[in-house]
Amino acid sequence: MSAEQTLLFWQYASTGILLLVIGFYCLLVTYNLFRVLIGLELLIKGVTLFLLAAGVISGHSALSQGVIITVIVIEVVVMIVAAGIVLGFQDKFDSLNVKNARELKG
Amino acid sequence: MTYLLLLLPLAALVIMNLLPGRFRVRSALLITGAVCIIQIGLVLVHPTGFWDRLIIAQLEPVLGFNLQITWLALVMMAVAGLVSLAALLVAAALWQREFELLNFSSLLLIALIGMNGIAMVNGLFQLYIFIEVTALATFILICLRRDRFAFEGVWKYLLLSVVASVLMLTAVGLSLIFSPSSTFLALRATIPLAAGSFLPRAAIALFLSGLLIKSGVVPFHGWLPDAYQAAPAPVSVLLAGVITKATGVFALIRFVAEVTGPAPVYQVLLLTGALSVVVGALGALGQTDVKRLLAYSSISQVGYIIMALGAGTTFGLIAAMFHFFNHAIFKSQLFANAAALEARAGSTDLNKISGLGGRMPVTSVTLLIGSLSTAGLPPLAGFWSKLAVIMALWLAGQSLYAFIAALASVLTLAYFLFLQRKLFFNKLSPELSGVKEAGPLLLAPAVGLAALTVIIGLALPVYWLLGGR
Amino acid sequence: MLNIMLLVLLVLIALWTALTPLLLRAAIGLALTSVVLTIIMFRFNAPYAAAFELSVCAGLIPVIFISVISLTHRLPLKEFLKRREDRLRRFWPLPLLLLAVAAGLFFVRIPLNITLPWPETIADVRVVLWEYRRTYLFGQLMVLLAGVFGVLVLFRGRNENER
Repeated sequence: MSAEQTLLFWQYASTGILLLVIGFYCLLVTYNLFRVLIGLELLIKGVTLFLLAAGVISGHSALSQGVIITVIVIEVVVMIVAAGIVLGFQDKFDSLNVKNARELKG
Repeated sequence: MTYLLLLLPLAALVIMNLLPGRFRVRSALLITGAVCIIQIGLVLVHPTGFWDRLIIAQLEPVLGFNLQITWLALVMMAVAGLVSLAALLVAAALWQREFELLNFSSLLLIALIGMNGIAMVNGLFQLYIFIEVTALATFILICLRRDRFAFEGVWKYLLLSVVASVLMLTAVGLSLIFSPSSTFLALRATIPLAAGSFLPRAAIALFLSGLLIKSGVVPFHGWLPDAYQAAPAPVSVLLAGVITKATGVFALIRFVAEVTGPAPVYQVLLLTGALSVVVGALGALGQTDVKRLLAYSSISQVGYIIMALGAGTTFGLIAAMFHFFNHAIFKSQLFANAAALEARAGSTDLNKISGLGGRMPVTSVTLLIGSLSTAGLPPLAGFWSKLAVIMALWLAGQSLYAFIAALASVLTLAYFLFLQRKLFFNKLSPELSGVKEAGPLLLAPAVGLAALTVIIGLALPVYWLLGGR
Repeated sequence: MLNIMLLVLLVLIALWTALTPLLLRAAIGLALTSVVLTIIMFRFNAPYAAAFELSVCAGLIPVIFISVISLTHRLPLKEFLKRREDRLRRFWPLPLLLLAVAAGLFFVRIPLNITLPWPETIADVRVVLWEYRRTYLFGQLMVLLAGVFGVLVLFRGRNENER
């Protein structure tokens, strides 16, 4: 493996890691359900970048595209379901703040 | 014929949603039940070479799904069929509305397809896809009745599930750099070749932590009790009995068995397993809600399975699968009991319900059998699998962990005795004097599964004495 | 050079998405992130994935988000201003953290030490999906089916149950 490819790997990996950092930070400090969804989306964007990088570096771009397409389809359905859950949460708790829901504990 | 187990539920799903008219709900329940029974039947009785045969050779170009059936897959699919059937019976007993029953059966079938997929796929990314299918069906199932709690519980589950998915996908991405594809075969071949690099180790660590989050073992167990408690009764049977086991522990077993990792993997498994066993049991001791107590017990039992896997031997794998099977049987039975309590006494809060032993004799006896089996008392099925786990650890030279596993059984017994005493032997609270035993449809799964526990427990030593393997 | 600029742009837009106080703007920021990702994919010879990313992630998901945002209540102005201050307090470390991580990563050049797998024999994603990775397609179909029931239960169920 050439030095050029190693450099390429680290460029992509660094960007992916930075996106993951932003996403995880969002998850950790927000209480708004919608913000959490946005954090999750940013995480998935970072991972998509990783998968793309794998295809570019190994030269297997067809397989990596197949994987990315599948991930995108799964991502959109997860987001639809999550949005539905946010709506239900809003109906029941009349708020988008997770702090208002602390009924399950022990 | 492996594709049969994916296409049969799909065909049933399509047919029952197209049926018009008045018998729609009843036929949906019947069709779903039939699919579960056919699945159990196919797994138990199939001619040799059945899974490699094609009925119509022309179907091969369309239906060649690259699936493989191993004994792990057979156990998993038998369990999935059995627990799905139990959950379906509980739903049929408790719910009446078309909206709920129809969507429940449809989503149950989707979850079943997902679990069969997890059992049979031959690659890392395929494993991820089917885990996601099952998890998605589960999120929707938990919200089916739109309870207040449900949205809170499912939110935590969804959050951690997506985080786990992100970790697993990163692992897939890393593995695609050094391996030509993400199939187990390719990974087994290329991981040793790339031993000088950090990529395989990072990929294995990330995938492993994703699966550990999905299994709900101790450092990552926060979501599990909430999700179990929040789920409506039939869904909690399904969730506790098989879904979290399939998406977490079973996928972990497959991953470890197929892609043999480096030695530190086993150390991690032993450590997290032992932690879950102890912390889960201690957590269960202080609970006042039946479902929540059972959820903590679940964490503890999953710890046993993971510890057995961490032994790293073939016997350890067999012990893990045996305990996996037994755990699915008795835990779904215990949740069916909890469903009966919720339906009749109106609550699962131990401060509100007590002294129901005389009122609900069948429920109390089956609950006793289930909890004794969980605690590992002879001659019930749970005893044999726990013995196998401890022996596997001992034989692998992990005597400390074997000791922890044996000691934690005492804790298990303690919290179940607390539950029994509170629930059935205390004085009957006056407002519960009108409570009657649950109907036959609701008792059927509990009685059937309890009978299975007893039969397996009694038949196993006889089988050994008669010179079986 | 252009590639590095695109990657930096991606991180900056993602940062803006996380920091902006308005939910609507965050949804738009997400769409912009996807657009930049699409360009990167396109430049790296992944046109099919790029098309999916553009239509689904940059198109469909923001639409879903924005429609759900419009279905939820809006905060009164005073409350909103208070929240914004609160957000500022919680989010100010993020850019610093990012800078620190980026600086750290800049010096990490651990060699990968691997032999690349042999080159791909089939270079067409359509052939790969339809001939060799049919489980991916089947899985996508199942996920979409689950999504259909999700919409039935979670969105249509709102009226079904609350009558």
